[in-house]
Amino acid sequence: MGERFEPRIVVFACNWCSYAGIDLAGVSRIKYPHNVRIVKVMCSGRVHPEMVLKALVDGADGVLITGCHPGDCHYISGNYKTMRRYLLLRKLLRQLGLEERVRLEWISASEGDRWAKVATDFVEHIRRLGPLRLKEVMSAE
Amino acid sequence: MGEVRIGVYICHCGKNIGGVINPSRVAEFASKLPNVVVARDYMYMCSSPGQMLIEEDIKRHNLNRVIVAACSPRMHEPTFQGVLKKAGLNPWLLEMVNIREHVTWVHEDVPDKAEEKAKELVYAAVMRAQHLYEITIHRLPVVKSALVIGGGIAGIRAALDLANAGIKVYLVEKKQSIGGKMAQLDKTFPTLDCSKCILTPLMVDVARHPNITIYAYSEVVDVSGSAGDFKVKVRLKPTYVDWSKCTGCGYCTERCPARAPREFDEGLGTRKAIYFDFPQAVPRRPVIDPKYCLWFTKGICRACEKLCPVGAIDFNQKDRYIELNVGAIIVATGYELYDMTKLREYGYGKYKNVITGLQLERLSDADGPTKGKIVRLSDGKEPETVAIVLCAGSRDEKHVRYCCRFGCAAAIKHIYYVKHSVPEAKVFVLYTDIRAFGKGYEEFYQRLRGMDDVYFIRGRPAEIFEAKDGSLIFDVFDSNTGQLLSIKADLVVLESAVVPPKDWESLRRMLKISCDPGGFALELHPKLRPFETTADGIFLAGAIQGPKDIPDTVAHAAAAAAAAIGFLSKGEVESTPYLAVVNEDLCSGCGLCASVCPFDAIEIKEEGGRRIAKVNVIRCKGCGACAATCPSGAMQQNYFTDTQIVSEVSALAGGAK
Amino acid sequence: MDFKKSDVEKMKDNSIDVAFINGGIRLSEHEEMVRLLRRKSKVVVAFGSCAHLGGIPGLANLYSTSELITYAFREAPTVVNPDGVTPTASYKAPEGELELPRILKYVKPLDDVIDVDYYIPGCAPTPNIIKKALDDILSGNLPPKGTVFGSSRALCDECELNKTKPEKILLKDLKRVHQVKLDLSKCYLAQGVLCLGPVTRGGCGALCIKGGMPCTGCFGPLDNVKDFGARALSFIASIIDYDDEKLAERIIEEYLPDPAGWFYRYSLPRSLVKGRYSGGGK
Repeated sequence: MGERFEPRIVVFACNWCSYAGIDLAGVSRIKYPHNVRIVKVMCSGRVHPEMVLKALVDGADGVLITGCHPGDCHYISGNYKTMRRYLLLRKLLRQLGLEERVRLEWISASEGDRWAKVATDFVEHIRRLGPLRLKEVMSAE
Repeated sequence: MGEVRIGVYICHCGKNIGGVINPSRVAEFASKLPNVVVARDYMYMCSSPGQMLIEEDIKRHNLNRVIVAACSPRMHEPTFQGVLKKAGLNPWLLEMVNIREHVTWVHEDVPDKAEEKAKELVYAAVMRAQHLYEITIHRLPVVKSALVIGGGIAGIRAALDLANAGIKVYLVEKKQSIGGKMAQLDKTFPTLDCSKCILTPLMVDVARHPNITIYAYSEVVDVSGSAGDFKVKVRLKPTYVDWSKCTGCGYCTERCPARAPREFDEGLGTRKAIYFDFPQAVPRRPVIDPKYCLWFTKGICRACEKLCPVGAIDFNQKDRYIELNVGAIIVATGYELYDMTKLREYGYGKYKNVITGLQLERLSDADGPTKGKIVRLSDGKEPETVAIVLCAGSRDEKHVRYCCRFGCAAAIKHIYYVKHSVPEAKVFVLYTDIRAFGKGYEEFYQRLRGMDDVYFIRGRPAEIFEAKDGSLIFDVFDSNTGQLLSIKADLVVLESAVVPPKDWESLRRMLKISCDPGGFALELHPKLRPFETTADGIFLAGAIQGPKDIPDTVAHAAAAAAAAIGFLSKGEVESTPYLAVVNEDLCSGCGLCASVCPFDAIEIKEEGGRRIAKVNVIRCKGCGACAATCPSGAMQQNYFTDTQIVSEVSALAGGAK
Repeated sequence: MDFKKSDVEKMKDNSIDVAFINGGIRLSEHEEMVRLLRRKSKVVVAFGSCAHLGGIPGLANLYSTSELITYAFREAPTVVNPDGVTPTASYKAPEGELELPRILKYVKPLDDVIDVDYYIPGCAPTPNIIKKALDDILSGNLPPKGTVFGSSRALCDECELNKTKPEKILLKDLKRVHQVKLDLSKCYLAQGVLCLGPVTRGGCGALCIKGGMPCTGCFGPLDNVKDFGARALSFIASIIDYDDEKLAERIIEEYLPDPAGWFYRYSLPRSLVKGRYSGGGK
């Protein structure tokens, strides 16, 4: 049996809720898979769908976008924009056969445990899907 | 900035990091990455020697980027930014890598993987750091003065608090006198204090306060600038009385022969064409109403001019405009009653004896049209039966969905008015729920509910019909008893729904603050920041944030004033480092950034025949929503440009090469 | 110029001053032809959306080649093919073995196969842009390599209707152009019609807008945009005026059933992902 597939996951986290929640998991020493790599932005509303696609093309096996729960955005409405972009992006990704690779989750600053669960679930989900290798697959003849 | 020279510093954080991974191996790895000039590890990077180490390296190696891999940036980013600053570098050339909270504290069980992850995060930071640039923080001095818009109890309280804290206050009121709705009330619940008796001393305090200037009969017509330095244009409407000469003797108002409906009485009584809103008006300076003045309408009379002992009458007055420069604005424009004619089934405006709660206040007031007697408006007779209808227009999908928050307590007070004026009268209270939530309200409710001939019926009236004698007949289904009742009442009092003032919308747009679904001003946070707005330097006092009774209004106004005082006493406002910045060369002026900005910080301006997005550096809060919307990549966010984020994302996605 | 391949092959390398190549790369034959032209030409210009971005035929990248062939030769409503014959790369005829060009897995823009010097965008390219390109090239006044002729700003910059935009465009309702009577004197996007002007390179003079149709994006993305579709998608999702997930989802389902077709109408092969992912994971 070969080595277990270790997916590479890029996570976008907003400064005020999700990044703080991920920090809290650390402070609370709650373990979760090492596969996640966090990119901090001030607000999930900064995350451009182009960045999500770029992550997948450049080698990520999955992308997780995280932000404040609806109604809790530090910038009033950033997460609503994220939600709408995600809904439309998901539809596009379905057409591109990539729907399963991207998720949006709301993580508050107090949800260190929830973050650990979300991260664990997503890593396992992507592990089941297997490596994406988007660039190689799409440039193969 | 020329050649990129990066220093990378890996912290052990004692055993917190160093006990799981090998920081010197990470530093060794980092030293080989592009443009890394020096890479070190140290036991406690945040300690003085640790900080000194970085500072000396910056100078010795001429570094222009610094990467610190340690704890969360939420902990020590300011610390290391300070180090850069001390060494003469712009603090935003720092990049922190979180290898404690995000790595060693959570992957202790897989140290190999943890170290690999730490290396990859450092690699991504190095890739991102290539694209960092210096960020300028814009600082503007704060003008230590405030504008209060609206002179009701909220505006009065806020103005007094600000003025007492030594802040110059301009109070703009659209009516002749300050005092607002509270001045129109006869009594206040639950204590049954005389409303004017507790209000007018405050009005006098405002008038006499050396730090307060009142602009009555005026309105705000333009607001520009931003937090700390607003420019406000105020229109002083023509009063046709030179207030600087007028002594307020009132001689003119007594002798004026022309009569007009009295707004202060909600249209029930009359006033003269030259008038004060009410006897205790502040400022006590009359205005002439050209709609009714005989000189303006017929070209005759001029009695006031002849009688005025100081020659203050000036029929040629025009609009005057003044410019105010203030650091903060408190919005205290209050509320209006929902138009009761929209509830056709109740016949308000059609049947004389259907009145609003506020009209009942005027009937009950000694200064009112009936000198304090509650009567049927159709014939002036004392009512034998009074029906009080709660939630008239409130909590109703057809009208307004929200609760007016004082109708219940007001209705209970109105029982008292009726029973006090006509002790033998029967009172029916038609309610949906009784929400007696305030301090002393429940006790007040229990007291009044227990009175003789007071009947609480849980239901809303069906259509109201008028009988020949002017009394009103309607059916109501009492859901407490399951009975359909037919009621004949001499007077029906509607406890009206509450809406924002009609002219609020244009002011709101000038102030660039958002509104809730009911049209009221949107607070920054419904629980934690209910008196601040999304715009810095603009605060909310009272019912403009949502319906409130007097105690809540006063508390809210005092809180708004305290917040404004805090804001003004800081002395200056700073822009966020994470500002939106426009590449004007690329901008097509499509305006989508301005469409999505939650702070209205972006305006599209014409410049050289083109439309270009311009960012107000003080209004911008640095969320980056515009940058993620901009279709041409012209809008970027400082410290989070497309290039910076994508270089980090690509590095993390591809792994360290 | 002669269009016979053998004649071109006989020409000296770099003996053609400028080659304008139009069309995307769909077949192995296309690859062969463009490589030949590249070798013989000093300057190669990708001409039109297909060469520039892959073009409308590039939407075929949402399907596998076998799906395409099955549909085109067997299932399409206009096909009569009782024997179910489909093309093959080689065929034995009585005269001998015939070779047909191989169909590639994905449609590609020209610069995926050869080095391209300049791009003339558009479906079809507008006369003003063709003239500008010819003038520049003929005068020897060559722009930097890789230049896309056209504006460096989005279409809104040159659109007459841009100044009619309200302060904020927030849409509760989206409309297809046939569902609404457009006010031709006001910004179409502000009227709820999906106009891709904000994301599309200008230079065409807003011809479609003047003709009463919204921009569909044929001039492609601006220089620093990596993915036209993602940019278009993001701006439209951002201005849909619903904070409620269900309502937002409803409007998306109703009016944007085919985001790939809408946002990648001309540029799927030149997008980040390029087409439908064909990997099966493990």
